Amino acid sequence: MPYVWDFNFLLQLGPLLLAGLANTAKLWAVALAFGLAIGLVMGIFRSAPSAILRGIGTVYVEAIRNTPGLVQLIWFFYAIPILTGLQSSAWLASAVSLSLYTGAYSAEIYRAGIASVEAGQWEAARALGFGYRDQMRYVVLPQALMRMIPAFGNRAIELAKATTLASTIAFGELLYTAKTIAEDQLRPLETYTAITLIFTAVLLPVSYLCVRLERRVARNNGGAPRD
Amino acid sequence: MTEVLRLEGLTKSYGATPVLKGVDLTVRRGETVCVIGASGSGKSTLLRCVNFLGYPTAGRIYLEGKLVGREVTDRAGVATMRYRESELCAVRAHVGMVFQQFNLFPHMTVEENVMIAPIKIRGLSRQEARKRAALHLDRVGIPEKAGAFPGQLSGGQQQRVAIARALAMEPAIMLFDEATSALDPELVGEVLLAMRKLAQEGTTMLIVTHELGFAYNVAQRVIYLHEGTIHEEGTPEQVLVNPTKPRTQDFLRGVTTFRMPEPRLGPVDQASTSKGA
Repeated sequence: MPYVWDFNFLLQLGPLLLAGLANTAKLWAVALAFGLAIGLVMGIFRSAPSAILRGIGTVYVEAIRNTPGLVQLIWFFYAIPILTGLQSSAWLASAVSLSLYTGAYSAEIYRAGIASVEAGQWEAARALGFGYRDQMRYVVLPQALMRMIPAFGNRAIELAKATTLASTIAFGELLYTAKTIAEDQLRPLETYTAITLIFTAVLLPVSYLCVRLERRVARNNGGAPRD
Repeated sequence: MTEVLRLEGLTKSYGATPVLKGVDLTVRRGETVCVIGASGSGKSTLLRCVNFLGYPTAGRIYLEGKLVGREVTDRAGVATMRYRESELCAVRAHVGMVFQQFNLFPHMTVEENVMIAPIKIRGLSRQEARKRAALHLDRVGIPEKAGAFPGQLSGGQQQRVAIARALAMEPAIMLFDEATSALDPELVGEVLLAMRKLAQEGTTMLIVTHELGFAYNVAQRVIYLHEGTIHEEGTPEQVLVNPTKPRTQDFLRGVTTFRMPEPRLGPVDQASTSKGA
């Protein structure tokens, strides 16, 4: 007997899916914002002249990069209450672990971006009398950031997909919502198909935007438009 | 004339390889000194030590009569110089540097390239800095390019912007590190003319160059550097036309092997520097 597809039940459950999508978006936005901020600090540490700062950055990046994201998530879920005394919360564990996860990968993007700026740029700023911090701030980082934009786009898309890890600790994002619906309605195939489509519908425009940005950056050749 | 820069026994080694072996040199206010020599003779290293982009291994550097750094004597009685980064930043802010590769900031307009250091380091307002940028862009003959990005300019124009950027800090001395070596041959002239104009206006300049004609016509003093020491020094006439040392003679023989008659061209005026490529 051929399988009969039936999506009708999902229409009634639309609000539920939307709530899941909203949680996914919230987790994505928070982890991206904190991840990029952590990454900036750690990326600068990784590029610093001081061996101590470089060491801190390296330990952080390697610790995160060489453990599975899923393991980190579950670890934080159990560790946060013990380390901080806060009540165990799927949201907090997801937000913290995905921020740190994104932070490590974006630290590498910042580091590579900073390293891609020619030595002559540092030197010219230095020769004008700028100290290390100002060389970084006025000359190197602005140029590096332009070059990093495509890589950050990829990271944002990766992170959107990584938010589904949070379903394993019962955070009510899209995948977790789907799991509940699928078990409830006994229609896993339709439910997960719908989730796939929702992810594609949201991320495809983001991917497209990244490609366009990438082209623009390539055209500007590292030079930013005025102000 | 007051002295702006004095080097005493300047020595620089990379590991066990000595590049500068005790250079003594004084540059007085308003003077233009050209340093010539073969590749590897230590010309660029010399300039880079003057503004501490490279740190001297030994020797003293005086800027406007003041010793840079602090001399300490270790237990064995050997005196070495100690430098504080904050002091070196202040020194660099008083020494203008022009690089072979221009090194303009590509994410800023020409004007912003010239304005940023006066604003952030000297504390000028944007308005004052803009006025100053206009003044110095005018001196190097490209007042009309203020709003352009470096990528939109020819090499010669970029290098003149780089000169204006250094001038805008109103440095005690300008250093030129083979400023025309990376330029297409037909763009060399406009940069050299801009540099000659500065020399005529009394800018103190220490210039590393391969342009012997420029050195002959513009410098008050020419220094021939050989294997990290000053091998011959004197007026352009003495060093470039009547060199007494065999090494200097060999060098000049090498770089002036073929000659041609002077081409008959129309007159060159200062205005031609403003056209660029």
